[in-house]
Amino acid sequence: MVKLASRISLDTKEMRAYYCDALIRSAEQDDRIIAVEVDVRNSMGTKRFFEQFPDRSVNCGIMEAHAVGFSAGLSAVGFVPFVHAFGTFITRRAYDQLFLSAGYQKLNIKVVGGDAGVTATTNGGTHMPFEDIALVNAIPNYTIVEPADGTMFSTLVPYVARTYGNFYIRTCRKKVMKIYDENSLFEIGKGNVLRLGNDVALIASGIMVYEALVAAEKLRQENIEATVIDMHTIKPIDAPLIVKTAKRCRAIVTCENHNIIGGLGAAVDNIVTANCLVPVEKVGVHDRFGEVGTQEYLMKTLKLTADDIVISAKTAIRRKTR
Amino acid sequence: MKEELNRQLIIDAAEIRKLTIDAMAAAGYGHIGGSMSICDLLAVLYGGVMRDDPHNPYVECRDWLVLSKGHCGPALYATLAYKGFFDIELMSTLNQGGTTLPSHCDRLKTVGIDISTGSLGQGLSVACGVAYANQIKGLKSTVYCIVGDGELQEGQNWEAVQFIAHRCMHNIVLLVDNNKRQLDGYTEDICKPFSLLDKFSAFGFCTQEVDGHNTAEIFDALTVNRQEKPYALILNTEKGHGCNFAETSGFNHYMVINEEMAESARAEIDRKVKEALW
Repeated sequence: MVKLASRISLDTKEMRAYYCDALIRSAEQDDRIIAVEVDVRNSMGTKRFFEQFPDRSVNCGIMEAHAVGFSAGLSAVGFVPFVHAFGTFITRRAYDQLFLSAGYQKLNIKVVGGDAGVTATTNGGTHMPFEDIALVNAIPNYTIVEPADGTMFSTLVPYVARTYGNFYIRTCRKKVMKIYDENSLFEIGKGNVLRLGNDVALIASGIMVYEALVAAEKLRQENIEATVIDMHTIKPIDAPLIVKTAKRCRAIVTCENHNIIGGLGAAVDNIVTANCLVPVEKVGVHDRFGEVGTQEYLMKTLKLTADDIVISAKTAIRRKTR
Repeated sequence: MKEELNRQLIIDAAEIRKLTIDAMAAAGYGHIGGSMSICDLLAVLYGGVMRDDPHNPYVECRDWLVLSKGHCGPALYATLAYKGFFDIELMSTLNQGGTTLPSHCDRLKTVGIDISTGSLGQGLSVACGVAYANQIKGLKSTVYCIVGDGELQEGQNWEAVQFIAHRCMHNIVLLVDNNKRQLDGYTEDICKPFSLLDKFSAFGFCTQEVDGHNTAEIFDALTVNRQEKPYALILNTEKGHGCNFAETSGFNHYMVINEEMAESARAEIDRKVKEALW
């Protein structure tokens, strides 16, 4: 069961610290876990893992393609490698390795991509992944998860380690809003319904879950009741929940910190189109590159804020009543 | 090495060649050139160098083979079939829909294939992962990885080579099929490899060159007690070697092959084996 935090506010702990703690806890229980690095140990916050498990930590150097192939080899012998880097480079530079060395062989590697979308902030367009989910989505059998906060991230790490198969976990490195109560339990492949309303459904992932919750509150002030779903698993997507929600609300807004091509919006749209035709409005990056700026600036510029979700919600509602 | 064993290896290599050619003739086509250039190496690896068991192909303490030049799968299938990993009859299903023998190596389809390959340049990194994992497990296994000289144009190989060198990994053996040709022609014309020996030596590898069609030389190189340092063996080979119509073809990377061609190649192989053994 998931439960919202009593007060939703900026967490005091960074996402990378949640990751490292969870990885250490998992590795204490499971000696198959190995951390694989590409010279971003400081950036991804896994230094403590390296100190605690020197024999189960490998820093390859700046070689993403090799690191993914190497991880595939480790998993072929039964280990569970967590290979982490910025989301841009671990997907773009190692795409063919994600495809052939790990995916095609149906192996068991856990890829963690940091700096999701606009959270790359001042590293700018070169480091801002708006395409990582789309890339991995096109490879069969990968499970793609984008946790909304540190509580969810920590809970999912041991689950991912235990579950055979290739995973892509999309995350941020720094602090994000604390959404969930610490006792929440999450299930891969099952969206979390955070709020129920019948006028429109806001389906979000990652940092956009918070924006969707804020948007729902704003809509309520205008007598519009919104359902909010944290669709943390983008693949396999929770089709039954989408269909049920689409039938009830008759209007959907997807909210993603990613290109609307090939991401959450497209995945939801596919299910809706095949099952119950209702309007789907997509809040997300409309096929453009990123740029430098604060997260606030980028979210405004790329139209990813709660206010943008409100506008799209109203458009979706107008479309259904037309 | 013992004369008797070498005679057997020469026979093995000839049988592997014939099986490969037959399978390609049944399919009507195949990557004949690069498959022929590794037949002698495969005969040696599976004829006394590698620890493997056709009846227990996935035993933990086995040696692994990663054929990074995955398009030469048919030569490896011929070797595995010849050694009894699977029924030799399966060879005629090469590349048929639903076959367990696809053109490029697939560990999920073929008994005895350790790692799937096909996109060039990836095998050595995966081999590193396997070798590293075996090391952690304390297994005395060796991972053999065959890469093509053309394939070495892929940059990922050099990431892996640097990784192996830095970690001084000695449970991995890099075997370079130096057949001097790639799909479009001679590597020398397309993108010069310069000295492979110097390149690997610069990375701190113990590097050696042998005649890649001389089974005794290959066997001796692979069974000598080496210092515990990274090892690369460059096998100087000829693309299409041992298959008459491929040897004389200007383009033998991939050829259409009919039964008549296969028959003439088989006869020629038998003749040469007799010559070599007498």
